Formats: sequence, structure tokens, C-alpha cells
Amino acid sequence: MIAHAIVFYIFSLIAIVSAIMVTVSKNTVNSVFFLILDFISISCLFIMIGAEFLGMIMLIVYVGAVAVLFLFVVMMLNVAQQKNEWFNSSGRSSHIPVGLLVSIIIFFELIIVIGGWKYKPDLLDSIAIEINTDLTNTQSLGSVIYTDYIHLFQLSGMVLLVAMIGAIVLTFRQRSGVKRQSYFKQISRDRKDGIELVDVENNKGVKIDA
Amino acid sequence: MVELIIFFEQIYRILFLLIPVLVSVAMIVWLDRRVWAFVQKRRGPNVVGPFGLFQTLADALKYIFKEIIIPASSNKVIFILAPIVTMTLALIAWAVIPFSETFVLADINVGILYLFAVSSLGVYGIIMGGWASNSKYPFLGAIRSAAQMVSYEVSIGVIIINVLLCVGSLNLSDIVLAQKDLWFVIPLFPMFIIFFISALAETNRPPFDLPEAEAELVAGYQTEYSGMMYAMFWLGEYANILLMCAMGSILFLGGWLSPIDLFPFNVIPAPIWLILKILFLFILFALIKAIVPRYRYDQLMKLGWKIFLPFSLIYVVLTASFLMYFDLLPGN
Repeated sequence: MIAHAIVFYIFSLIAIVSAIMVTVSKNTVNSVFFLILDFISISCLFIMIGAEFLGMIMLIVYVGAVAVLFLFVVMMLNVAQQKNEWFNSSGRSSHIPVGLLVSIIIFFELIIVIGGWKYKPDLLDSIAIEINTDLTNTQSLGSVIYTDYIHLFQLSGMVLLVAMIGAIVLTFRQRSGVKRQSYFKQISRDRKDGIELVDVENNKGVKIDA
Repeated sequence: MVELIIFFEQIYRILFLLIPVLVSVAMIVWLDRRVWAFVQKRRGPNVVGPFGLFQTLADALKYIFKEIIIPASSNKVIFILAPIVTMTLALIAWAVIPFSETFVLADINVGILYLFAVSSLGVYGIIMGGWASNSKYPFLGAIRSAAQMVSYEVSIGVIIINVLLCVGSLNLSDIVLAQKDLWFVIPLFPMFIIFFISALAETNRPPFDLPEAEAELVAGYQTEYSGMMYAMFWLGEYANILLMCAMGSILFLGGWLSPIDLFPFNVIPAPIWLILKILFLFILFALIKAIVPRYRYDQLMKLGWKIFLPFSLIYVVLTASFLMYFDLLPGN
């Protein structure tokens, strides 16, 4: 049990320190790496409380996919340089007051939401309810998500779909003059389209580009 | 005291698994080169030791004694961390591979998800190496590789869902035991093919070795690495390939199960069967390297997103409806 506690504190310490380092570190790429470390230690915490499915999904979705793309973008944009230009430029930066305003608004919104939070009256009693240990995590999650919470599940799927379509619409650009490979065209080519037999007259030649 | 004994027993078991894995990685590099040479009618490495078996050890020795060069303008911490990450991730995944009914280091509930997660983390070694080198070719290689691995992971995930529908459990031992009567390679044959090709792309093997396409990118993300650090990338890559072969044999070829439950076959111990299946898949990997030309990058992306992903999604629907219609769904 003591070993369990020690491991728990190690992971939480790593999670907290790396979360702080995300905001503190100067190099943007480094802060993404700290974010990844944070995700990993949080998924370890999930696994420690017995939510192994959540922990693994956290690793696969956030670390394996989201953070990769994040890192990708940050590496390409070279944000670190831009930020230095913002802060080191001679004129007073116009970004800081706006940022402050936004963060203050979000802070008060959070306070309003959390201040009005009410717990279920019998929450404390429900802690003592015995957990069915025959079922694995994955099974019990599946049996709830696809029955009781099907509408919420579908709704979140729709939200993701909308976001996906939005991303495609925003970034998709049809460039002209790009040669594209079409498998159907290549396969359905005939001898007639490709080859033409011509009797060439001497010293006259043939016009090739039709 | 008891806890201490358990602790040391665990360490002993880990070493008992890790050392054979590392040795077999060395052997598999030799096998890869031999198969490659065989297809091209060359001899391959045949000088060091019997049949050239110790060639890889000689190579490793050479790498150890070479100087490690760290580029002056690189991000040193990440530069050094990258090969370590690759190597570690390639090795920790072996913890959940079941070699027989009893011989498995960690028989966890979500074994297949763990394997999937670890293999999807493998991309970090490459991105970190490519970015930290602070050089053009490694960076381009890293970007290519990240895009490629993320794309093909998606189709591997959907293929795994196909298998899970037939099993009803995420535990690797359960997946193997569910294939007692029928290996999944028979009902899910198209998925096996797609898994195999996606595994090639996921491990950056030819014909999908665009991240290190030597004609375009020198050596991709490994360009700036030398000595032992390069060797670690290299070993990690081969350990990953072995892992993918193990995953394929567990998901589709019945893991440690013998092909037929009859006399001469069922006396052979279970781990041998798994090793034989891994070797079979690996020889296919090596043959493909020798006989298929490299894909173009847009073809690679098209194959992943426009062909494999829709096809495996359709197959999920097919499998699910088949199981539902004939009332074969596991777990009821």
C-alpha cells in the first residue's frame, strides 16, 4: 500500500511540475513536450485508480494523435521566434491587455459555474456502494455508453464531425495546374489512346502534340 | 521481505524476457539481410561466425567504438533523448505479449490497447530526433514519418476493432484463446492483408520507407546521428518490426496455438509456435523489402486514407452484422 502511495505521489508530482513547465518554458516545442509528459503521467494516474481503459484511450488519443499534430504545427510555425518579437519590440505590445481581459473573463466564468455547483445529496453514501468487480472496465463502460447515454454519445460524435468538416473546409484549397494521378484513367487507358502508328515521310517528320 | 522477493522475481522475469528479445533483434537483422541478399542472388553477410550469424554483434561493436557526434546547433537534451525513447518504447511493449497460457509478464485487461498505445507513441522518437537535429533533411523526414504513422495507425485501430468484435475482450490471452477453433486469418483475411501492409507503413519499412528515402532525404531523421545513438535507433526499429509481427500473429495467426491439435504438433511447446509465426511474418516483411519499389508520398497517403480506412470501416460493419445475424456475438 505504501508503494502504491509513493508511486501515486511521484506521478502527481510529475503531472503538476510538467503542467507548470508547459506555461513557463520559453521554447514552445519544449512546452509541447512537457504537455505530452503531463498527459502520460495523468494516464498513469488513471491506470492507478483502476480506470485502465480511460488511461489507455488517453494515451492513444491525446499523446498518440492530438499531441503529434500539435507538435507538428508548433515545429512548423516557429512560434518561439514570433513571441520574442512580440515581447521585445520597441512599441508597447497590444496583445497583453487583450489577453488579460480574456483570461479575467474566463476566470470569472469559471467561478460562476463552479460556485453554483451542487452535488447530489446522497453522493457521500454512494461511495460505499459496492463495485461490480466481475465486469472489466471496458465492458461496463460499453454497456452504459451504448444504452443509457446513446444520445450524448451520438451528439459528441456529431460535434466531432462538424469540427472535422470545418477543418477540411478551412484548409482545402484546389490549386490549378497540379497534375494528379487518377487510377481509373490509367487503368482504363486503351491501346488506341496511347499508341498511334504513322507512316513518316522522309525529311518531313510528324507533328506529335495533338 | 516477501515484497522484496517478489520484486526481485519480477526483475528476473523481465530480464528473462528482455535478453532473448534483444538477442533475437540482432539475429533478425542478420536474417533480414540474408533474405534480402537471397532474393537479389547475393550471398549476404556470411563471414563473421557460422553463416555470418555474428555479423550484427560485430556491427554493434563497431557502433559502440565510434564517436558520438552531437551537432553544435542541435537541442542537445532532446537529441539524446530521441533514440532512448525509440528503444524504450520498442522494448516495453513486449511486457504484454503472451508466449503461452502461463508465460506472460503482465496479463492486463486492456493488453491490445496497450500495444496500440505504445506503437502509436513510437512516432515521438522520430519527431524528436528529426526536430532536435536542427537540420533540413532530418526535419523533413520526421514530418513525413509523423504524417505517415498517424495515418496508418487509424486503419490499424479499425482492424483491431474487427478482431475485438469476434473476441469480446481486450485481453491478449483471450484473443488467442478465441482462435482455438478457427484462426482469425480465415474469416478476416482481407483485414490480415491490410494489417500487414499498415504494419509495413507503421514501422517505416520498404515500400513505405519514405522518412528515410535515401535518394531524397539522405537518411531522414537519422542523418545527424552517429555511433551508439544511431545503433539504438536501428535496434529500436527492428524491435518494433518484431513487435508488429508478434501483434499480427496474435491477432490473426492464433498466437501460441498450434495449427492443428494433433499429436506431433501439440507436443511442441507453445512459445515455439509463436516464434515460428513471428519468423514467418518477418520473412514476409524481408521479402517485401527486396521485391517492391518505394511508394510515392501522395500514393502512400491516398492508400492509407482513401482505400484502407473506408475498406476496413466497411468490414467492421460487415463483421458486426454477420455476428449479429448468426447470433455469434461473444459475451452473451
